[in-house]
Order: sequence, then C-alpha cells, then structure tokens
Amino acid sequence: MAQIVGGICTSHIPAIGNAIARGLEDDPYWRPFFGGYPRAREWLADVKPDVAVMIYNDHGLNFFLDKMPTFAIGAAAEYRNADEGWGLPTVAPFPGDPKLSWHIIESVMADEFDVTTCQEMLVDHAFTVPLQLLWPGRDRRDVRTVPIAVNTIQHPLPSPTRCFKLGHALGRAIESYPENLRVVLIATGGMSHQLDGERAGFINKEFDLHCLEKIVDEPQELASYTIHDLVQLAGTQGVELISWLVMRGALDEPVKKVHSHYHIPVSNTAAGLMVLANAA
Amino acid sequence: MTVRDDIPGTYIFDGELALKGYPLNKMCYSFNEAANRKAFLDDEEAYCTRFGLNDEQRDAIRQRDVLALLEAGGNVYYLAKFAGIFGLGVQDIGAQQTGMSVDEFRARLRAAAS
Repeated sequence: MAQIVGGICTSHIPAIGNAIARGLEDDPYWRPFFGGYPRAREWLADVKPDVAVMIYNDHGLNFFLDKMPTFAIGAAAEYRNADEGWGLPTVAPFPGDPKLSWHIIESVMADEFDVTTCQEMLVDHAFTVPLQLLWPGRDRRDVRTVPIAVNTIQHPLPSPTRCFKLGHALGRAIESYPENLRVVLIATGGMSHQLDGERAGFINKEFDLHCLEKIVDEPQELASYTIHDLVQLAGTQGVELISWLVMRGALDEPVKKVHSHYHIPVSNTAAGLMVLANAA
Repeated sequence: MTVRDDIPGTYIFDGELALKGYPLNKMCYSFNEAANRKAFLDDEEAYCTRFGLNDEQRDAIRQRDVLALLEAGGNVYYLAKFAGIFGLGVQDIGAQQTGMSVDEFRARLRAAAS
C-alpha cells in the first residue's frame, strides 16, 4: 500500500523563482531565506518519496474567474508551466501520476468532496517554486506530482475546517492506494502577507509563529479560524494557510517535527517552512 | 474608498467585486501572453474597448492607479500582470497604494521582523 512519509509547508513567492534563476542563493538579502532549505532537502533524501502531492493556489495562470473551482485535482501525465505575465522564467514540465490522481479523485469523491478534475492544467509559481526549492537542479525528474489547487482568489473560499477535512479524505485516499509508493504532501503559500489595498505590506509575525507552533500538534485550533479571521490576522493573501491545513489533515496524529524556518521579508511576504514526518 | 469589509484598507474579492471587475480582470488575465501585452502597449484604448471596460476602469488603467483599479473591481493577482507590463512588482504597487516610496515600503516590511 502507499505510505505517506510526511508533509512540508513552504511559502511560494515568485521572487524566489527569480532569485533561483539568477543564482542569488548566497546574496545577503536571500541567504537567510535559502538557508532554511538544506535541512528539508536532507529529509527528502532520507524518506525518498516517489510522488509529491502539491497543494497550492493558482494565481491566474490556469484558472480565471470564468470557471473557478474550489478544489481542482490534476489528472495528467505531465504539468506545464507558462508565462505568468510579469517576467518569471518558465521551467521544464513536471511528470504526473495520472493513475494515482484518479484513485485520489475517486476516493475523495466517495468521501463527499466534489472536486473538479483536470486532464490539462498549467502550474504556476505556487507549484514550481517549492519544487525548485526542495529539488534544486530538477533535471533528474526526481518525483512525480499530483497537483491539488485550492481557490484563494474568489470569495467565498473554502473554510479552514473544510480544508482540514479534505486533508483527512486525502490521507485516506493515498493510504488506500494499492501500490507501494512513498508519498509526500507539499502545501505551498503563506505566511502572512497582503498585496492589495492601503493595508498592503501587512505582516503579522506573532500570528505566523503561532501557526508554525500549532500546525504541528494542534492543527484543529488553526482549522477553527474563519476565512475572515485569517484575512484579519494574516492578510488577504495570508489565507493561503488553508493549503497548509489540507496537508496537515492528511498526516497522522501526532507527527514528528523535523524542521522549521521563518524569515521576514521575502518580497512582501513572511516566509515560512515546516517539515513534518509521519509517525509510522 | 468603498469599505468592503470591517478590516481597514482591505478588499474582500467577493461576488459583487467579481461581477463589477469582470471585464477589467479578463483583460489583465490576457496579459499572461506576450502578444497581448504588446497589443495593449500598441493601442491601449482599443485594447480596453475590446474587453468592454467601463469608464471607471478605463480611467484607472490610464492613471495606473492601483487603488482605483481595486475599487473598479480589479483583483490583485490579475492586476499584477498589468503592472508587470511596466516592469512593476508587488513592492512597487505596495508603495503606490500606501503612499510611500519603494524604499520606505521595503523598510516597513523589514521592520516587521523585529
């Protein structure tokens, strides 16, 4: 049977992709951020996942407001990146695992999560940047991927509780897959940031540190917030925390914290990283 | 500005704004493609007409005024593609929206670390 080895949460700011493209990892601005990632890569080298289930939000590359799914799951053999309009270099396609995708789709649908299925799906920086961070020099095609996009643009957004419960269903789905696969869940987004309005530039370190603590052992506390609470506490784009809750809901109770890292600022954002190993 | 919610300086992109901003956002979404960015630069007015922007939206586009674009129903993720045409990033638009210089805005972000 497939096994969930653990989960990673990481920020996904486009500027990180630009820094990687320009080789700026050791630049004084960037070093404190990139310095958090070697430990996560070591852990991945130890647990050797075959597949990364990516939980993220699209920022207007694949989805527009004409059709905006709340939860969308990719079911393709390959996922392509494309021009997002503001100069981030595109990266090579990522291999998928359509058989696992369809198993997850069937299982979560049976669990009452009515997802949108996508046999073609462009993946934006929220998908590509974390994979570049965690598998630098990805030419070896180290992992296959299953993208799960969560709507964080068009309100009403799915509630944190709903996202946490999707994680439970996702965990049951993966662990009922008959092949011997090692699966890691990677949730991207956050932490606190706000791009729009007179409140642009809002960052809330105290709340972020609270989230980094609670996501480990008391995720249900974070799931009890409303979207409105998250906008207030983490900023309009800080609501991306809901993807972290999908990931955490799929893991064991309890988990082992392997590593965490926090740095302010990357671009307009407080950058967070958390690596959690399943207890089993 | 119209206060959309009880969080000051914050827009919740709900159905009302999505309805109002649809032509504007659709135009900005088109800027994912380089040929469309060029077509906009070649003839801004014609490009706005093609997407059916109303007068408020056209004026906000002419002024490159981010707060006015939000007020007109723009969503920041699509507006970022508009800003990208001019080489402007989220710190530039953050500075514009908060009435600061870009250096002041960056300093405020750094100060959040302490």
